[in-house]
Amino acid sequence: MKLMDLLTQALELIAALAAAPLFLGWVNQCRAWLQNRRAPSIWLPYRGIRKLFYKDAVIAEGASPLFRAAPYIVFGAMVLAAGIIPSMGTRLPFTIAADAIALVGLLATARVFQSLAAMDIGTAFGSLGARREMMVGFLAEPALLMVIFVASMISATTALPAIAENLATQQLALYPSLAFTAVAFMLVLLAENARIPIDNPATHLELTMIHEAMLLEYSARHLALMEWAAALKLFNYACIGFALFVPWGIATGADSPITLLASIPLLAAKLAVTGASLACIETMSAKLRVFRAPEFLASAFLFAVLGLLVHLLLGA
Amino acid sequence: MTGTPFDLQLLNLCAALLLLLSFAMLAQRRIVTLVNLLAVQGSLLLVATLLLAWRTGERHLYLSAALTLALKVVLLPWMLHRLIRRLQVYWDTEPLLNISGTMLVGLVVVVFAFGLAQPIAALASTATRNAIGIAVAVILLSFVTMITRRKAMSQVVGFLSMENGLFFGAMSATYGMPMIVEFGVALDVLVAVLVLGIFFFQIREQFDSLDLHHLESLNEYQSRRSTPAQKET
Repeated sequence: MKLMDLLTQALELIAALAAAPLFLGWVNQCRAWLQNRRAPSIWLPYRGIRKLFYKDAVIAEGASPLFRAAPYIVFGAMVLAAGIIPSMGTRLPFTIAADAIALVGLLATARVFQSLAAMDIGTAFGSLGARREMMVGFLAEPALLMVIFVASMISATTALPAIAENLATQQLALYPSLAFTAVAFMLVLLAENARIPIDNPATHLELTMIHEAMLLEYSARHLALMEWAAALKLFNYACIGFALFVPWGIATGADSPITLLASIPLLAAKLAVTGASLACIETMSAKLRVFRAPEFLASAFLFAVLGLLVHLLLGA
Repeated sequence: MTGTPFDLQLLNLCAALLLLLSFAMLAQRRIVTLVNLLAVQGSLLLVATLLLAWRTGERHLYLSAALTLALKVVLLPWMLHRLIRRLQVYWDTEPLLNISGTMLVGLVVVVFAFGLAQPIAALASTATRNAIGIAVAVILLSFVTMITRRKAMSQVVGFLSMENGLFFGAMSATYGMPMIVEFGVALDVLVAVLVLGIFFFQIREQFDSLDLHHLESLNEYQSRRSTPAQKET
């Protein structure tokens, strides 16, 4: 049923766009609670984005067109990625065009443009942040690919919806390889989304920042798009994690409006749990020195490769 | 995978966790944690033995599980902890390679071990034959642990972890060694740790350190020996 598929696709895109800032707000709220602070409103990211859209944009002297285009490219890449990742249903028309490897490429595109834009102005902070981002990125990307390879070897396909569908519908089995890769994925998620062991999302004007350093020159609608894209990235990563490791409850049938509707509260529950545990991890761990980041990501890669090897040997 | 019975899946999980623990030991810089990891490895071995005993109905496996519990989970870690306290060594500051490099070497070793175990696994007829590769990997990784460490303490832990790997290999290849061999090996290990404990004191008496680097040169040449550069880890 073509219409139903299109509807699923549209629903997923809208849900991702709408819920991403909410998810970020939830993580921030949990973090504040755990740190004995008064929590900011869960709607704060929305207010921030709305406020920024009303402001007038200021652009640095000597900025090239790349600097103006980058927020749209980054945001577009994230939206497209949200369209490929199955969060509620697996019948997505978009996914014929791109599999999981293309998804990793899409995320890399966003990273490259963000870094280029940060270097474009020529401020010290911008290029510093860009370099660090590329360092984290080039170490995290192979780990992410390995994670995806393990899941695709189990399901014999690299299409993310097919993997999720296969894992959700087959008989329950223990996969040590998937457990390893889940740990690896968690580490990659933390590193890629500028979370605490690698970067502190709450810090500004500090020598250790990575992600925020790249956004310093942006203002108004550009900044709003960048921040929205960052929220979307976190949401996307969470949804990749659900598709690979806890796909149960996703709508797999061809035309099943009821299961699709039922998957919405389930996705919300998964996101709530993930956000809370993310806040827990961030509260319990201390930020690593930048020079320790390769070690952190090397262990992510190690976990993923171990998962792959264990899968090859044990078939599990 | 979906066809495999649940207890075999659990056994596979144990095997995978053993491999993971070997890597954790390889990466660990604190001796106290290293000994704790050894204890965890022993408990995993215990669980695996019990599962296998329950699955195959072999009586002697229960006995060897009891031996594992007594020796590898309780006695040896306790002895090592006592040694650490009395020798006041808590850190192993100088692995020969940095951690990431050791990890990469470890990965290569695992691939090699899996290749090595393939013909053995083809010969074995047990349900757990796939885990032989993991046992070989654990043994070789313990070798790497011993090679990359300088301090005597961590080398002993590597040695014991190697014995664990051998035990697991025997278990997955032939459902355990004959009881007499197992007792013999257990006694050997126990005596080895006792003797090595005495050695530690002797080494420290002689050189004021547990760094085995000092044992590499003869006494007459000691004046020529350059002190090892303090590498920052």
